[in-house]
Amino acid sequence: MDKSSYENLTRGLIRENPTFVMMLGMCPTLGVTTSALNGLGMGIATLFVLLLSNSAIAMVKNLIPNKVRIPCFIVIAATFVTVVDLLMAAYFPNLHTTLGIFIPLIVVNCLILGRAEAFASKNTVFQSALDALGMGIGFTFALTLLGLVREVLGSGSAFGYSFVEEGAETMLMFIMPPGAFFALAGLIVLVNQLRGANK
Amino acid sequence: MSYLMIFITAIFVNNIVLSQFLGICPFLGVSKKISTAAGMGGAVMFVMVLSTIVTYLVYHGILLPYNLTFMITVVFILVIAALVQMVEIILKKMSPTLYQALGIFLPLITTNCTVLGVSLLVVQKDFDLAHGVCFALANSLGFTLAIVLFAGLRERLAFVALPKAVQGAPIALITAGLLSMAFMGFSGIGN
Repeated sequence: MDKSSYENLTRGLIRENPTFVMMLGMCPTLGVTTSALNGLGMGIATLFVLLLSNSAIAMVKNLIPNKVRIPCFIVIAATFVTVVDLLMAAYFPNLHTTLGIFIPLIVVNCLILGRAEAFASKNTVFQSALDALGMGIGFTFALTLLGLVREVLGSGSAFGYSFVEEGAETMLMFIMPPGAFFALAGLIVLVNQLRGANK
Repeated sequence: MSYLMIFITAIFVNNIVLSQFLGICPFLGVSKKISTAAGMGGAVMFVMVLSTIVTYLVYHGILLPYNLTFMITVVFILVIAALVQMVEIILKKMSPTLYQALGIFLPLITTNCTVLGVSLLVVQKDFDLAHGVCFALANSLGFTLAIVLFAGLRERLAFVALPKAVQGAPIALITAGLLSMAFMGFSGIGN
């Protein structure tokens, strides 16, 4: 793999992490991360849509007139969201119910449209797929981490395995809406500190 | 559900931004000044009510009779994108002053998940048209209330000296968390 491909693949993992650094796709990030598994599920669903839509957009980029490119990108993304939505409803009905309205809303996730506009509309199919893979993994990692932090603090378990005794008092606030904001703020402060230390 | 109850629940108890987490992007993005926040709120209100009516009619007039409900995401987002474009063109021609005020926010609204979210929720919750419109109006009011309150807090925060790592996004999120906590005080009303 040459240098620029490697660069495209790894960009989204940490340095331009979509959640912690670029702050894209905040709604599902805050909305579904009540547990690590929910975060992981949402991350993989988004990764899937991003990979398919980035590749498809890179394929047809020369056919799309410049003026109507945004609606075209949205329709392409919406098609793949429908595919993922139906697949999840068939194979993971529980996760599908938990994530609820956030699955169709992947289509308006700024991450999808942002990568289409900033990357896929200017690059080859292979490079766009690498970029989508990197960004998608970075997003999945961020959601799982945030979900894990909230689950450990809020329900005293990790990936569904409880490590506190029955009826123990946990910090319930972290699985409620305010906790989402606080946990994400804490993680971003941590990332900022680490990035500052590396400079 | 009575109309009044829809309003109270949507604005205070289940606020669309602070407890449903829809529309976080504009909530964090265009909330540095109260005036722009109010402008965004107005634009969202306008588009959300309009798009709820249109998507409701499309769903019950086309998708349901022809058994095409699996196309709901594709069709709704297209309708909303087209609608926003149309509103922009009409406003530009008919009311330049309103266009000046709302203009810059309109293109942003297509990717504002509150609009698609509320359209989908109206279908999911099986509201009739009148309840749906009421639900859309209440949610857009909830959005406006949250973003204006948040902008007010952020205007004050701009004068506070903060450690470098906390500046920008983290302090905004912490503030939003506190606001969300305040709104949790309303929970339980209407149960």
